[in-house]
Amino acid sequence: MTFTQTHLLGIEPLHPVEIAAVLDLAEDYVALNRAPEKHGQALDGLTQINMFFEASTRTQASFELAGKRLGADVMNMEARTSSLKKGETLIDTAMTLNAMHPDLLVVRHPQSGAVDLLAQKVTCAVLNAGDGRHEHPTQALLDALTIRRAKGRLHRLTVAICGDIAHSRVARSNILLLGKMESRVRLIGPPTLIPAGAAEWGVEVTDDMEEGLKGADVVMMLRLQKERMDGGFIPSEREYYWRFGLDAETLAHAAPDAIVMHPGPMNRGVEIDGLLADDINRSVIQEQVEMGVAVRMAAMDLLARNLRAGRAEERAHA
Amino acid sequence: MTLHLTNLRLIDPEAGADRPGHLSIGSDGRIAAVARDGAPPPGATDCGGLCLAPGLVDVGVKVGEPGERHKESFASAGRAAARGGVTTIVTRPDTLPAIDTPEVLEFVRRRAEEECVVRIAPMAALTKGREGREMTELSFLLDAGAVAFSDGDRVVEDTRVLSRAMTYAKGLGALVVAHCQEPGLSRGAVATSGKFASLKGLPAVSPMAERMALDRDIALVEMTGVRYHADQITTARALPALERARRNGHDVTAGTSIHHLTLNALDIGDYRTFFKVKPPLRSEDDRVAAVQAVGAGLIDVISSMHTPQDEESKRLPFEAAASGAVGLETLLPAAMRLFHSGALTLPQLWRALSLNPARRLGLPGGRLAVGAPADLVLFDPDAPFVLDRATLASKSKNTPFDGARMEGRVRATWVGGALVHGAVP
Repeated sequence: MTFTQTHLLGIEPLHPVEIAAVLDLAEDYVALNRAPEKHGQALDGLTQINMFFEASTRTQASFELAGKRLGADVMNMEARTSSLKKGETLIDTAMTLNAMHPDLLVVRHPQSGAVDLLAQKVTCAVLNAGDGRHEHPTQALLDALTIRRAKGRLHRLTVAICGDIAHSRVARSNILLLGKMESRVRLIGPPTLIPAGAAEWGVEVTDDMEEGLKGADVVMMLRLQKERMDGGFIPSEREYYWRFGLDAETLAHAAPDAIVMHPGPMNRGVEIDGLLADDINRSVIQEQVEMGVAVRMAAMDLLARNLRAGRAEERAHA
Repeated sequence: MTLHLTNLRLIDPEAGADRPGHLSIGSDGRIAAVARDGAPPPGATDCGGLCLAPGLVDVGVKVGEPGERHKESFASAGRAAARGGVTTIVTRPDTLPAIDTPEVLEFVRRRAEEECVVRIAPMAALTKGREGREMTELSFLLDAGAVAFSDGDRVVEDTRVLSRAMTYAKGLGALVVAHCQEPGLSRGAVATSGKFASLKGLPAVSPMAERMALDRDIALVEMTGVRYHADQITTARALPALERARRNGHDVTAGTSIHHLTLNALDIGDYRTFFKVKPPLRSEDDRVAAVQAVGAGLIDVISSMHTPQDEESKRLPFEAAASGAVGLETLLPAAMRLFHSGALTLPQLWRALSLNPARRLGLPGGRLAVGAPADLVLFDPDAPFVLDRATLASKSKNTPFDGARMEGRVRATWVGGALVHGAVP
């Protein structure tokens, strides 16, 4: 078995071989998802609970669909509206859920490290669907699959990640993954949105779009959160768009066959030009969404195999 | 009855000495004799070369009375202190309610007298409710026994309020103890900014926030002439400011916490909340600079910043978890790390752990001299052990040293000549 994890908490603990294992299996699921009959059996008999402590439509839908396509019983818990308002702690919620014997727990939480904490307290496999500004591993994996399909490889590429790096878990997971796969990463953004110490991550950092995009094979745009504007990180939307927005003209600085990515949801006219986002020759944004379902199916499949193997071993010992 | 102890390694911070000798504890609870040469008195107990030093004076200990007795009571804090060789605890006023009136202070002193086996020297709040708006009744509080004034880890943001409180305190000769964190920069931060905090996605503050706050306070000291003590200086960038103030003759001293001298930001690892303290743990460079500053005498005081927190408040995501660590019992063994690594000598350590804090707060402890109170700790600096947090005497077990290999065990502690922990060998 090349994939040895019991949880998917981040890209950080993954070995490059494990990343490749997820992507390879996801390729199979891309084919399945495109077939008229979309039903797999990998998660038959297993229960998947999606626990989102932070609003999300896209990621939650993607995980739900991935689970259902593989035969899991899927339950969505609106954690942010129910228990927390009654004063229950994260650990209590986790213990309550654990008592219902789920097999896969998909968790999103607004605080960094919260999913790690939860994983220590439950006996099922936990998938991090985004924790604070820490990690969002399935996003990085789906981005990697999208890139690999477009470019044929994940090594020796130049990937420019542009925007609000400081508050982005997507950026962190992507930086870690691309570093492990031996690609070059450039971060582009206003200095107020570049995290302290980023230069020590083994990436290049610039606040100049032209310089940052030069020769890039992949241009990854990040969403600019509205609340960042109120926080005084940037002076205005229009100044941001002028300096860091991506349109066909700016994109001309990148490699001629560069692809454009965005984790969604997009702010058209704030970080990316609407026409460019819809340009099927350059933008792979729709494909990212498609890859998301496949990658999540693959990740849950691999975790479920390890979970079943672990339980069989326990039974043998008992 | 006089107790004679011999075959001791005497740690005398006043003389800067670490040498063999014998010592007698008089029946009046004071040191009756201390000698390095000559024959020990007949019937003296052979201590087998263990170290004997003045008991530790720990500035900034949080006891949960009033308000949070489930976290720590005077009884449990006293037991923990005795086991850790701490003979005087200087308590913080950040209780519920805050110790900001002579009535609350009276309550605290009465409770301490009834329950606590070590000496208590209480600090009182500088502003009412520690809200940074109006100064407390400093004069009444002094009369009631307050040894210093502090708002704990809250910064008095309004400079005008602080300048008035300092001016008033100056007139009374009172000591103001402040926490140095520029409030705007540090708002919401739970870690020190840098590669590690950024990777972990934790809201972080630049170490410069400490320097900025210290700079402001030193300017106010220059303006008002008040006696001032910074509770924790933990960054290299703040040290030149401290040195300059000292050189210019201002009455400024500084402390630091044992955690900032023995741990760094990387110890937080995978969001371990027992390592969440205020200010946050710093880089290794800052840690080394702080240790050197203690050695050079620029940082005067090492304390445990004992902050008991219950399990519930620590079993949360790192950002949401409570700050602080217990430290009364681990202060001495953690300090031994600095001794065994060769960074500081035992007399240097005891200046910062005992003599300097006693002097700064006008307390009698910290000395190995005839006539000084027999507040003493007998310890083996080399005895190894693995810390199990369940064995701590504190009601709260939130120590960052759980499972850590440590050296240095307290064998006996005396307060005013009375044995409060351990036994004479």
